[in-house]
Formats: sequence, C-alpha cells, structure tokens
Amino acid sequence: MINSPAELEKLRQEILSKRDPGTTRISICAGAGCLATGAGKVITAFGEEIEKQGLRNDVNIKGTGCPGFCERGPVVVIDPEDICYLQVTPKDVPEIVAQTIKEKKVVDRLLYVDQTKNEKAVHEADIPFYKNQERNIIGNNIKIDPKCIDDYLALGGYSALAKALFQMTSEQVVEEVKHSKLRGRGGGGFPTGIKWEAARNAPGDTKYVIVNADEGDPGAFMDRAVLEGNPHSILEGLIIGAYAIGSHEGYIYVRQEYPLALENAGIAIKQAEEHGFFGTNILGSGFDFYVKVHRGAGAFVCGEETALLLSLEGKPGEPRARPPYPATRGLWGKPTNINNVETWANVPLIINKGADWFNQFGTERSKGTKIFSLVGKIRNTGLVEVPMGVTLRDIIYKIGDGIPGSKKFKAVQTGGPAGGCIPEAHLDTAVDFDELTKAGAIMGSGGMIVMDEDTCMVDVARYFLNFLSEESCGKCSPCREGVKRMHQILTNITEGRGKEGDIELLEELALSTRSASLCALGRSAPNPVLSTIRHFRDEYETHIRDKMCPSHSCKELISYYIDPDKCGACRICPRECTSGAIIGDKNQIHVIDQAKCNKCGTCFEICPARFGAVIRLSGKPVPAPIPEEMRVIVRKRNPKREKQDAGNLLTD
Amino acid sequence: MRSPDIQGSSQSGASMKRTEIEIMDAEKVERIIDNHRCEPGSLIQILLDIQAELHWLPKEALAMVSEKLHVPMSRIQHTATFYKAFSLVPKGRHEINICMGTACHVRGAPRVLEVVQNLIGIQPGETDAEMKFSLGTVNCLGCCALGPVMEIDAERLGKLAPATTAGLLKGYD
Repeated sequence: MINSPAELEKLRQEILSKRDPGTTRISICAGAGCLATGAGKVITAFGEEIEKQGLRNDVNIKGTGCPGFCERGPVVVIDPEDICYLQVTPKDVPEIVAQTIKEKKVVDRLLYVDQTKNEKAVHEADIPFYKNQERNIIGNNIKIDPKCIDDYLALGGYSALAKALFQMTSEQVVEEVKHSKLRGRGGGGFPTGIKWEAARNAPGDTKYVIVNADEGDPGAFMDRAVLEGNPHSILEGLIIGAYAIGSHEGYIYVRQEYPLALENAGIAIKQAEEHGFFGTNILGSGFDFYVKVHRGAGAFVCGEETALLLSLEGKPGEPRARPPYPATRGLWGKPTNINNVETWANVPLIINKGADWFNQFGTERSKGTKIFSLVGKIRNTGLVEVPMGVTLRDIIYKIGDGIPGSKKFKAVQTGGPAGGCIPEAHLDTAVDFDELTKAGAIMGSGGMIVMDEDTCMVDVARYFLNFLSEESCGKCSPCREGVKRMHQILTNITEGRGKEGDIELLEELALSTRSASLCALGRSAPNPVLSTIRHFRDEYETHIRDKMCPSHSCKELISYYIDPDKCGACRICPRECTSGAIIGDKNQIHVIDQAKCNKCGTCFEICPARFGAVIRLSGKPVPAPIPEEMRVIVRKRNPKREKQDAGNLLTD
Repeated sequence: MRSPDIQGSSQSGASMKRTEIEIMDAEKVERIIDNHRCEPGSLIQILLDIQAELHWLPKEALAMVSEKLHVPMSRIQHTATFYKAFSLVPKGRHEINICMGTACHVRGAPRVLEVVQNLIGIQPGETDAEMKFSLGTVNCLGCCALGPVMEIDAERLGKLAPATTAGLLKGYD
C-alpha cells in the first residue's frame, strides 16, 4: 500500500533498480489478434527454449499488449537491441534463441521486408507501418505486460495521478483538460473538459464516472487493444477524472465479447487496489474512489450513453431522450460522466505533459492523436495511431501499404455503421472530426474499412442497414420502421428486384429517419445509405436498371461460368466445389450446373492462374454448356506438364 | 429489433427432456445469485454468469432469479430477450460463432456462413437436432487481420475460405 507520492517514487526506483537496461528482454504480443494466430504457443516455446539453454536468469520473457501490426502477428520484439520479428512460429524459436539471444545475430528471414525498396527493417521504428505513426497511446503496449503493474510503474505510471492529487486542485485538472481541447474518442467528439465541468458543477454529492468500453462498431478494435494492453493507463485517467469531478464511484463497461480485456482489466484493478490507487485515502491524499467492472451482454445500442446507463442498472438498454444529459441526470439519477476508453487513456498524458504538449498534435479543432483500426482489403491490417489531420491517402498507402493483389481501391468506410463511404476522389481528405463529416462520413470511434473493386457499395449499405435493423432497440418508430424499410429496399436492389424510384424513396426515408429518431443510432443509420448514393449512385442505377452488379458481388445477380476454351480439365474445381455443381473429369472440359451452384466463388478463387478459366458474369445470360461430345480435350503427350498437374492435385 | 431466440430453431425431443433444471444446476444458479448479493442492479451480470455456466437460461433459473431479486418475471424476460448474449433455448455441445463484422464481410464472411449453414443444416440462432452444434453470428471479434473468422467454442479460426471450412467442422462430436 502506497501512502504518499514519495513512496510511489521510491517504489518506482526500486522496480527500476532491479531492472538492468542491458538485460535481454523478449516481448511477444499477447493481444487477442496475435493469440489467435498462435502467440500463446510462441510464448511457451520461448519459455521452454530459454530454460533448456540455461538462460533463465539472463533473459526476461513477457506477453505484452498489442503493438498494432496484427497483419504480421505474432510480433516479437527483442530488447535492448530492439529487433522486431514478424509472423513468428514456435518452430522459429530455437533459431531466435541460438542466433539472436546467444550470438547477437539477426535472423534475417523473420524481418520486415520493404517490397518497394527490397530493404529489410531490423527495428520496429524502421518499418513503414510504424514509421509513419505517432504512437502516444499504443506505443507503450509492447513494453508492458498488462498483467504486471510494475511494468506500468516502471514507465512512470500513476505519476499523473500523484501530480493531480497533490499538485493540482480539482478545478485545475478540469481546466487543463479543457485547455487541451481533447474531444471524445468514442465518436461524438464532444469536448471532454466541458463534459467534466458540467458533471462537476451539477448539484449532488453522489456522482459517477464511467469508462465506455462497449466497442460495438464492427471492424473496430482500438479500445480492446488499449484495455487489453495497457489497462492501468485507463484506470489512471479514470481516477484523475473522478477527482476532477468529485466522484467516488466508477464503472468500466466492457462488452463480453472481449474476454481478454475483461480479464486484464480485472487483474489491473486488483493490483491497483493492492497498491493503494483505489479505495480510501488514495496515496494519502484523502480522496476515495472505488471501481467495478460491468460486462455488456451484446447490444450495440448500449454504446449510446443513456442506453449504457440503463444497462448498468440491470435493465434493457433502450436509449432515452436527452436532455437531461447524464452530466446532470445519469446513473441512478445522479450526475454521471461517461468517456470512451481512448479518451480516458489520453488524460494521464495531458496531466503529466501538459495541455500545450497535447496541442502540438492535430488540427485546429481536433487535437491530439487518434487510433484507427485499418481493416478490410488492405495489406497491413492493424491499429494505426496518427495525429489528427493526416490524410486518408497517407493512412491507406503509407501505413497500410495499399490494396492487396492487383485490385483497385474503391472506397474507405469510416465511422462504423453510423459512418459513410469515401471514394478515391476524396482520399486527400484530412482525417479529423470535421473534415470527414464534410465528405459525407464521420470519424466515429475510428473504424476504417478499406474496400476494393470487388466490394459492392449497395451491398455495403445493405450490410450496415441489416446490422442496424437488428440492433435497433425498437423503442422509437422512425428508427424501428425506417431502418427496416431501407434495409428491405436495399435487399431488393441487391437481389435484382430493384425498381425505378427506389433511390429517391431511400433518400426520403433516410431524411425522415435521420430527423425523427430518438438516439444517435437511428439518427445516423441513414449515413451508409446516403453516402453510398452520394458517391456511387451509378452502382445503384446499374443494379436497378440492368440487374447487374458491377463488382460481381451480389450473389443473386451473378453467375459463375467456365470458359471452355480456357479450361485445362485439371479437376481442381470439381473437387473443391462446395455444392457438387461442377461436372468434369480428366481430359473433359468442366461445366458448372447452374441449378446446383451456390455461388460461393470457390472455383473462381482456385482456378489456376495459368488457365483463368472461371469467369463471373453479371447482367448477361450464361452461355449454354457445350455438348458432351465436344468436351473431350485431346492432349499432346507432355510428361513434364502431367507431372506438374499431378503435383498440383496433391498440393492445391 | 431482434426476434427472441425462443422462437424457431429445430428443437426436438432431446431438449424437452432437459427443461427441468437439475438439482446441481439449481445450486449453481443459487450460488451465482448470492455472489452478486441479490442486487437487482446486477440482473444482467447474474444472467451472464448463468449463461456462461449452463450455456442457456432455463425458465426455472429465471424464476429463481425473479424470486431472489424481487424483480418481476416480465422484466427478466424483457432483459433476456433484449441482449444477444442470452439464449432461452439450450445450446449444442459446440458453439460456432461466425464473425459478421465489416472487415470479415468484405472478405467473404457471408459465403463462409452459407457453407456452414448448408453443412450442418441450421440457421444462425438455431441448434441441430442432435444437440451437436449451435450456430450463431457475432458482430466483430476484433481479429480483423484474420478475417473471415469463425469461433468454435473458445478457439478462433481465421483466414477462412468456403472450400476449407468443411474440414474444420470435422473432429467434433
């Protein structure tokens, strides 16, 4: 139990003195993404190998938070040399230990290779994915074992709390946050300091502070990575906020789909309690604060603050009208301040380094950095933290390394189901709260889904409206009915039943749903529809008029066909077909039985490139299959080729 | 608005036998309620714990919760049908969840879902007659680099393609 800032500093010095900066440290990302690709086995393998080599006392191994480069996980960083290995498997471990740990040599084949320059990057900072970022929040993840508070303390953890409690009045804390111009990272973008001030000034003795970790936007996992990887940074922010507002009780609302985040948050709270960062008389300041974790039960709408509050009270999360805002009437009717995970994580930085430091990042009206989850049809899937104001083009091409395959970029969808799609022409839009809104999207919580030429924009709108109609709580009819009807029309269009006037009807429904819905879910639900109509109206028209999907994505509007002139009768597609729809044998041109075909696209994907015989047709009839007698291929004997085909059969 | 799981689904005789909550389960439910000190505000947390323990919310368990928390059954039903995490019908021995997040969607998750549906013959939200598999969809598991992703029990399987999915479902009994 720490009873004063001096004791905290003493403990920090003790931790640091036990840590020789020259000791070899192996940090392995143990975030949910890397764990799913086998990081757990890599950690075990390192443990065993180090033991086997008798290096247990010389090497420190830890599973850390997510550094963001999910595409190349599991990620391993070896310090003090700062060597970054990617896509490490347990099989690589003995070599890493023998070469890098013992001989201090780099294992070349595990390094990042910059394809354009054909250069290898040894250090994390040399990899273009990281080089073009500004990682104030997630930069520490790889240095921290989230289950070990000492790692956080070693990096200066809880010093902002000590500073706030002992060197600042609660008013000064609020002023500093106001001065930083920090805006809510959950999507609303409301100035955090003003929100705090409202809760602080609201009458009442009992007040609550809440961490909103109900990250519901599909394709967004920034909050998960921060809560999983550096939970103490959020706790520290929360206690500072509680002190500023005058609250003695807080909640962390985490969606139950994030089991690791729940586990790590629970461990962090327990350790923080043991150290005296929670409870009565924190650090001897006389300030008391308690916190509890609440699991969400799978409802997207609970990310909306009034719904979240009801859910915390054990009720169905159906939003209510605001005002009154939670700052005056929140949990159990008491003044409540709710901020997103990333917002809270910024607080200790602002208190420690000052609002002016924070203000150097970002644009005039959007300060600081923001974490984006860059996913979809992109080479480098992962978490990206950049100063506000960076262009979409830089994020997608400099950090994300562009579109995989030789496909063409079509759009980037930002802001989750409430957001919109931005086409190529607007790629130079600066990413901040205001500019993305002007382009017809929103920044939202930071989801960024990249789409290529194979993605159908009408289908994307249908996808989001399907999501929203399932997640609409049903309380207000504009949202309940409006979203459902828009979804119905979009489904009709993607299934070839679109008719003239549908686009106009969609626009009309979108505007009424937007203006009449009760909460942000309904008010923003039309965005995916309106933004795709705005930028991709021609795709809608082609679907409606020509019954054609230009991206060859809408199942009901496409057919797969094997070009008899190109088919090499290799027997791969009949074998892999998931519906047994392909007829064909050795030396017999393969034919798709259109009645049986379920359009899963497997044949198209696996047809060897040297044939490229499977084609997708849309908006035109499928040619009749060639007669049985014409399907025989008479080959000249080519033993080499036959051997190759046989090999393919075994390996493909 | 989500239609409650209570409808539909190919429940057969197998599940009917299990509607009476066993004594052992009743004790578990009681312990869970006590752990939360019978607070009505903990309703969702209690239901989540019961769901995790029994893999569904039997009517008898809900009646116990209602009685001990002094919360009317109508509100418990409202809550249990509102949130996606709860199931009012028994789940199969293995739970398959296919991620339908945006990243997985653009990378072909619907095609994977369709193949799984055809293979095990049920729709999302349903359990097969042998109580082997329950199929569900989730909105995002946060492993977007691995999309399309499927979760079978606690194991996450990534980079799925329709052709390889069938093989992954083998080996479960």
